[in-house]
Amino acid sequence: MSRSDRGFVVAGGTVVDPASGVLGPADVLISEGRVRAVGGGLSRDGLPVLDVSGRLVLPGLVDIHVHLREPGEEWKEDIASGTRAAAAGGFVAVAAMANTRPPIDSAAAVSFVLDRARSAGPVRVYPVGAVTKGQKGEELAEMGDMRQAGAVAFSDDGQPIRSAEMMRCALQYAGMLGVPVISHCQDPDLSAGGLMNLGLTSTRLGLRGIPTQAEEVMVYRDLALCALTGSRVHIAHVSAADSVEVLRRARARGVNATAEATPHHLILTDRAVEESRFDAATRVDPPLRSEADRRALAAALQEGVIDCIATDHAPHHRDDKEVEFAYAASGISGLETALPLIYTHLVVPGALELGRAVACLTEGPARVLGLPHGTLAPGASADLVVVDVEREMAVDPMEFYSRGKNTPFAGWRLRGWPVLTLIGGAVAYHRPGWLKLPEWLEPAGGLGLAGRVAAPA
Amino acid sequence: MPLKSKDVLGLKEMEPSEIELVLDTAASMRDILGRTIKKVPTLRGRTVVTLFYEASTRTRASFELAAKYLSADTISVTAATSSVQKGETLKDTARTLEVMGADVVVMRHPASGACHFLASRVRASVVNGGDGTHEHPTQALLDMFTIRRHKGRLKGLVVAIVGDIYHSRVARSNIIGLVKMGAEVRVAGPATLLPPCLEELGARAYSRVEPALEGADVVMALRLQLERQQRGLFPSTREYARLYGIDRNRLSLARPDALLMHPGPMNRGVEVCSYVADGPASVIEEQVTNGVAVRMALLYLLLGGGGDGS
Repeated sequence: MSRSDRGFVVAGGTVVDPASGVLGPADVLISEGRVRAVGGGLSRDGLPVLDVSGRLVLPGLVDIHVHLREPGEEWKEDIASGTRAAAAGGFVAVAAMANTRPPIDSAAAVSFVLDRARSAGPVRVYPVGAVTKGQKGEELAEMGDMRQAGAVAFSDDGQPIRSAEMMRCALQYAGMLGVPVISHCQDPDLSAGGLMNLGLTSTRLGLRGIPTQAEEVMVYRDLALCALTGSRVHIAHVSAADSVEVLRRARARGVNATAEATPHHLILTDRAVEESRFDAATRVDPPLRSEADRRALAAALQEGVIDCIATDHAPHHRDDKEVEFAYAASGISGLETALPLIYTHLVVPGALELGRAVACLTEGPARVLGLPHGTLAPGASADLVVVDVEREMAVDPMEFYSRGKNTPFAGWRLRGWPVLTLIGGAVAYHRPGWLKLPEWLEPAGGLGLAGRVAAPA
Repeated sequence: MPLKSKDVLGLKEMEPSEIELVLDTAASMRDILGRTIKKVPTLRGRTVVTLFYEASTRTRASFELAAKYLSADTISVTAATSSVQKGETLKDTARTLEVMGADVVVMRHPASGACHFLASRVRASVVNGGDGTHEHPTQALLDMFTIRRHKGRLKGLVVAIVGDIYHSRVARSNIIGLVKMGAEVRVAGPATLLPPCLEELGARAYSRVEPALEGADVVMALRLQLERQQRGLFPSTREYARLYGIDRNRLSLARPDALLMHPGPMNRGVEVCSYVADGPASVIEEQVTNGVAVRMALLYLLLGGGGDGS
């Protein structure tokens, strides 16, 4: 029996756990992989101490929108590299989107993802099943089977569901199974051929613009269908102020809808496309919007009209991005920068309160999908992340655990970096040199922490 | 270096003083074009590559003539006959050109921003010969040169650009350049072919052509890409010609000494009627000649001419 089997204390940090209303200096007592107590002046009772003085201690983060690319596009990412990236970003649980090759549209595919995730490491992966077979938008996929196999939601994310009737059936069926449909809201005709937000910058750059209304009309449609079916829709990556307004009004009427926003939509605007001189790292779907949209998203998060932050982690190979803007793949590798971006660019300037920011990365997303994560309440799995808010570091994509080095934030100097991620009281990630780790603290099972995933040549 | 940047990617990147310098230099080059023997040895030993991913007659020929008149060696690469057909990426094409030691690469490409992509990957100067629906800076420079040659100035002139503004790189570069040089720019076209936020670029937008033409010093008709009709952006070329085509009546709304311009190639009877295209106000053919002079000026300035008094 090693020393930590008796339990240990994470001591001296500032605990931020909105789910249980804790925000202040507190110790966290952990034994047998679970949180036993949180508070000031806990009796340490001769237990070993992990000193995290001056750091924040948060519940392990939850990301309900990631693309792990396995099966089928392992050169971009696989479940092993993606979950390592998650742990390095402070995330202990992720929901994996279904738009793999082939899509996750059967129970067998759901089981495959779960099996791979179990052998990859301690980060929990929750598969999202496809709404339609092959994500073609034509016939419902076997959602009941997938639900039994462990799918936690359904989505054709990557593609909007064009047919309102198909969306209505999907909502009814998913509602029957007790899970939401996650909707990628973008009218396929209004956005056809679009490369960026429609506005002054798209006019200046001569890149085909996508109006915010392409999103707004689909949000409106899906909320109407939500009211019709009584089922729940979750609006993925809300990008526009108009969509926020539609959502606000629907929620005030009691429509059963939730929503997420991404760090990049909360921080960047379409100006980034011009400032980066057409750098495809700024190409993302939905596109980066205007400053007014950006501000509206942050306000909606603070207010609770948007429930959570999700990264829409979309790793791509450099060959998919080092091409002309119009030919580049859409998406941003987001898991490893989410927390410091939110901390530095929303919390520090005061756009989002620290407690609310943490809620949007923990209990908020956990509640959207009904996942048993997001709190340090006694009895919960000892999943936590220790965050250094003092030390500044520049984003270096080549240091990402993710195979996707595609980020528009390269070189940005940020604070709020995760330095230690514990899952079940064991080390899932440790940033060397930022926090001294006692020898008795154990690595989480199955995680090849030593082996950094190299970028494919 | 007389120009700030190693590249000519767009009028957006150029200072008014640089535009002025290009136009002044082009005036000297225009004199060379008037001689019987047009070749000068200025760029002997330098290599200009034209890399065209889209069809072109005048832009490509114009650049090649400009380079040859300055005694540079020219190589032309077209997408149809090159490794592009074999799936080579622009990144690799850039590396190939780089190691071959091209001094200037003139590129035309269907994707907006492609010249920026190339420019950041080669030491050679990149000249944008038209990228997607973004910019066509040498066309705008030759247009400004032509206007200035006739009007003596750009500042204060009223220039009306008529047609598919949304998809026109010629319109974009002209709007940006002319506004920088102090002209009043009006654009006119069907609402479906006008991009948003033109006012913020400094142009006034009209969906009726007549008020845009009123009192104009210059009328520029743009080529109507016929495939836009298939996308439903306008109902028919017949209606377009009736509502937006520049004919004698419409041209008479402009000043009596107004110039009629067109970047070519023309759809006669659609955006411009033959009576005016071949009439006294037309400087359409002269634009082509001036194009050679402007491109000579750019090559000369990019390859180190002019700055050291040589």
